[in-house]
Amino acid sequence: MAEEPMPRAPGTALPHAPGATAMLVADELARHFDVSRPLLQRLLAGEGKRILRAVDGVSFEIPKGTTLSLVGESGCGKSTVARLVVGLYPPTRGRVLFDGQDLHQARAAAAQRRRMQMIFQDPYASLNPRWRVRDIVAEPIRAFGLIPDQAAQRARVAELLTQVGLSPLDGEKYPHEFSGGQRQRISIARALSSNPEFLVCDEPTSALDVSVQAQILNLMKDLQARLGLTYLFISHNLAVVRQVSDRIGVMYLGRLVELAEAETLFTAPRHPYTRALMEAIPDLEMTGRQRIPVGGEVPSPISPPSGCPFHPRCPLADARCKAEMPKLLPLKGQAGTIAACHAVEEGRDPPPTPAGTAQRIGTTETAL
Amino acid sequence: MQPILPSPSRERDGAPILEVRDLRVEFPTRRGTLRALDGVSFSIMPGEVLGVVGESGAGKSMTGAAIIGLLEPPGRIAGGQILLHGRRIDNLRYEAMRKIRGKEIGAIFQDPLTTLNPLYTVGDQLVETMLTHLPIGAAEARKRAIGWLEMVGIPAAAQRVDSYPHEFSGGMRQRVVIALALCAEPRMVVADEPTTALDVSIQAQIIALLKTLAREKGMAMMLVTHDMGVIAETADRVAVMYAGRIAEIGPVRSVVKAPRHPYSEGLMASIPPLDRKVDHLAQIEGAMPRLSAIPPGCAFNPRCPHVFDRCRVERPELLETTATRAACWLYDPASAKQAPEALRHG
Repeated sequence: MAEEPMPRAPGTALPHAPGATAMLVADELARHFDVSRPLLQRLLAGEGKRILRAVDGVSFEIPKGTTLSLVGESGCGKSTVARLVVGLYPPTRGRVLFDGQDLHQARAAAAQRRRMQMIFQDPYASLNPRWRVRDIVAEPIRAFGLIPDQAAQRARVAELLTQVGLSPLDGEKYPHEFSGGQRQRISIARALSSNPEFLVCDEPTSALDVSVQAQILNLMKDLQARLGLTYLFISHNLAVVRQVSDRIGVMYLGRLVELAEAETLFTAPRHPYTRALMEAIPDLEMTGRQRIPVGGEVPSPISPPSGCPFHPRCPLADARCKAEMPKLLPLKGQAGTIAACHAVEEGRDPPPTPAGTAQRIGTTETAL
Repeated sequence: MQPILPSPSRERDGAPILEVRDLRVEFPTRRGTLRALDGVSFSIMPGEVLGVVGESGAGKSMTGAAIIGLLEPPGRIAGGQILLHGRRIDNLRYEAMRKIRGKEIGAIFQDPLTTLNPLYTVGDQLVETMLTHLPIGAAEARKRAIGWLEMVGIPAAAQRVDSYPHEFSGGMRQRVVIALALCAEPRMVVADEPTTALDVSIQAQIIALLKTLAREKGMAMMLVTHDMGVIAETADRVAVMYAGRIAEIGPVRSVVKAPRHPYSEGLMASIPPLDRKVDHLAQIEGAMPRLSAIPPGCAFNPRCPHVFDRCRVERPELLETTATRAACWLYDPASAKQAPEALRHG
């Protein structure tokens, strides 16, 4: 199965191509958590319920065979979206369509459920230390009763381990005998064992060293090309996201603030928050440019600011931004990008500049 | 606020604040002694930021812990010397070291929540530190505490000084930790992953702050991190560590832009670029060896694309290259005959 010809050269099939079928559609997805104190304490203190709006109305679609990434800082709700998408949380509002079918019905049918899998951030926590690797990898096969025959099951596990760059003999070992990168390979082998078409990857390389991260990202890209997988990729690392995505959504306080083709987002970021994020990344260019770090911090999602949630930190904020929540609107003259910003809508924003190239003077370093 | 430290004096420029000579750290275990650091040497000048990078387990945090005298037992310094202002501190007893820590060496750790005591206000913690180490009274210490909070960018410092750590956000807490590390006016600061737990927008603020303080106060700083971007923005010189040794050390620009050691080269190449998309990221095959199984010769030899016979038997020391010093036989004229001609860029 692994040697099928590429269904899609990476980066060619563009998401918004007419007729492209969506593997996954998130429709006005919201998830609120009740973080109130216990009833008695609340009554004594005379305070109301406190609701944390982790995700508050997020919509996107992921065409088959492509990667959508969600980026944002901690607390922006990107991991909650991941969990909603695989059905680990039921949504407070909105729905998820998986291959055209409502997720709740899809998850009810094992045949549908095996089609989506998840890769978690921490390979030290997501593998059972008391199971042998071959049992870990075979778990989805057994859970879904995919291969009843023991010998065939073993052969499949060996094939999966080979596919992720491990040796079939590694199946006999326990997780502690592997390094972080190898463990993440085991997680990937486990995720692939039920022949899924859709993988949710929640910060899959954040716990890994950079040289190992490169190995895992390359592996994930190879697997996507070979198996035609669709990815929802969650990360806080913009450089990583650029390498793997077809489209990228930027989240802030439970909402999407900008959604664009990956290359467009980096060459012409529009939302002030997207720009601030790109500006904040320490780069290797060492131009000595004075970065202007975005001031302030992410507000609490329990009591988000009025109007546009980014307005207290935004250099372009005006009275309208403080009062009125901006809607995600398609940008004029930048097809495929939607952004939720009054300044962008009104044309008050400065012209876009590509990320990582700001004032790239002094290229003498290459001569060293 | 009043200048707390004397401005970096020119006459000091010749003498390093910190000097580490041939440092060896060992962990005795039932299966034999593990060598976590082996022959690590470097020095840091006043006002200089030395970045220390490497992958997990390379020994970068271990080096920091050895310097501040907080190696976790049974780990111990088994050889070499650590000199602060020319005075040995590696052989001090616990009590003597406690006086130096905080006063002469400040430490900033990754997780601000575990560094701060949750039961005391941040003001109390700053005041206590200053009263312990500085010849000042309580009123003066409180005044300075507020000054420090202002200096690290905490708004409404006069009110916030009486807040508890949990009342601050992660970024603000890390600012408090920085104030706490610097308030006794150390000339040397060890910062171990000071921005790793922070979001990227906050990280940029903290980096800018550390850089400014190091320059202004003429402090020597050892900045341990796995984030090359942070190093590139902050450090003056960089040491790249691999398997308990320094693989390469030199000016930040040279190490980042034109690394000489094949490991640093692979490390730099594997960083995903922000300004373009690549089809295939460069990767170093394999993983760093465990301490219990460090290969003979150069520890990097099983993964090295340029390996030749000498690398497998003889361990390289740091050798001069054009811009940096690299522990690699490619740069030894004596191995010229063995190493393929094309590979000797030195």
